[in-house]
Amino acid sequence: MDTRDLHDLTAAYALDALGADETEAYEAHLAQCERCRDELTRLSEPAGALAWGAAPAAPPAALRGRILAAAAAERTNVVPLRRPWLFRATAAAAAIAACVAVGLGLWSASLDRSLHAARSARAADARAVEILADPASRRIPVAGVHGMVAVDATGQAALMLKHLPQAPAGKRYEAWVITPGAAPRKAGMFDGGGSTTVVRLERSVPKGSTVAATMERAGGVDAPTEAPVFTAQA
Amino acid sequence: MTRELAHLSDEALVLLAARSEQSALAELYDRYGRPAYALALRVVRDEALAEDAVQDAFLSLWRTASRFVPARGSASTWILTLVHRRSVDLVRREEHRRTDSLEAAPEQGGGGADEEAWLRLQRERVQDALTLLPDQQREALELAYYGGFTQSELAERLGQPLGTIKSRMFSGLSRLRELLGDPGLETAWTHGTSTT
Repeated sequence: MDTRDLHDLTAAYALDALGADETEAYEAHLAQCERCRDELTRLSEPAGALAWGAAPAAPPAALRGRILAAAAAERTNVVPLRRPWLFRATAAAAAIAACVAVGLGLWSASLDRSLHAARSARAADARAVEILADPASRRIPVAGVHGMVAVDATGQAALMLKHLPQAPAGKRYEAWVITPGAAPRKAGMFDGGGSTTVVRLERSVPKGSTVAATMERAGGVDAPTEAPVFTAQA
Repeated sequence: MTRELAHLSDEALVLLAARSEQSALAELYDRYGRPAYALALRVVRDEALAEDAVQDAFLSLWRTASRFVPARGSASTWILTLVHRRSVDLVRREEHRRTDSLEAAPEQGGGGADEEAWLRLQRERVQDALTLLPDQQREALELAYYGGFTQSELAERLGQPLGTIKSRMFSGLSRLRELLGDPGLETAWTHGTSTT
């Protein structure tokens, strides 16, 4: 197979649609071809998105335990980090490393505050969850982070954000509703952290408006001072 | 069940898994076990095989977490890539897959209301984008990704030259990327405030 053919295999490789021999040849080529590496990064994103298109299905509950037991059996020589203080130190080190590696400017290593926020998230406003779960609500994906805005038939709205980084000390996220022709109006503050952040917006969200959030000082501001962390076109 | 690591990013969890922290692996499973299993089941069409694919993929993650490179893509994409690759390996060994219906109805439920809503939104986004592709591109992507067929098998099955199949997959993925792309923060914000 000549090099020109190998360049053509990027899409098939991203879809896992190469035979074993072709995969081997392409991976060897990839190590030497920057163009194909860049193209693969570009095509892996939509190929990976197809994973979310599968019909929902719940794995058997026992699968989790089997995986963890098998994982433990593979690393029997490793002493697990069980003591909480030791664990927290490791988690903080990893969080800082992750910040450097991923460039998450918003990351905070303040774990005690994070734990507090995680507890608050569990006690999330029941009304917000109702809006999110209402089949009649419109659901709009947000740009900038993983999440959505749900707007019910009366215009009441709630945000659900996945893995939104904890706001740093002294800062909070502030939500805004922006209707065309008007200044942004504040719609509530939240902290992030936790696997899921649920926020009930304090203003209704008319069709055609924009929902956004900025990082602001903890006391809140009357008009946004920073670039938005995320936006959604309602 | 307490989720003491619930506040960490996916990437931080992968770093912890690379240091043999088992609770990090558990947290990653809690976040991605459902979409992983749904994907495996879609490809292998068999519950026992789907469990094998998910287990193999998470153990592969456990062994190779230290080699994860964030610049090449997100941790969630990486995990689901491992699941997909393993599912395709398994299904290609199964002779009977070709006759299986692609419309088998899998079981549902098991997650919280917000998790369900989240997964549904993600699925709708992808399905909506797929319906906007030209039929031949959509067919190539679906048969390759969900059907587990190689490009050569696709060419044979569809009676098309290999070059045509390659070009449908390339164009399909490129278009899908545009359709799924975020509108972009700059643009969205400017749009939102330009009218004030």
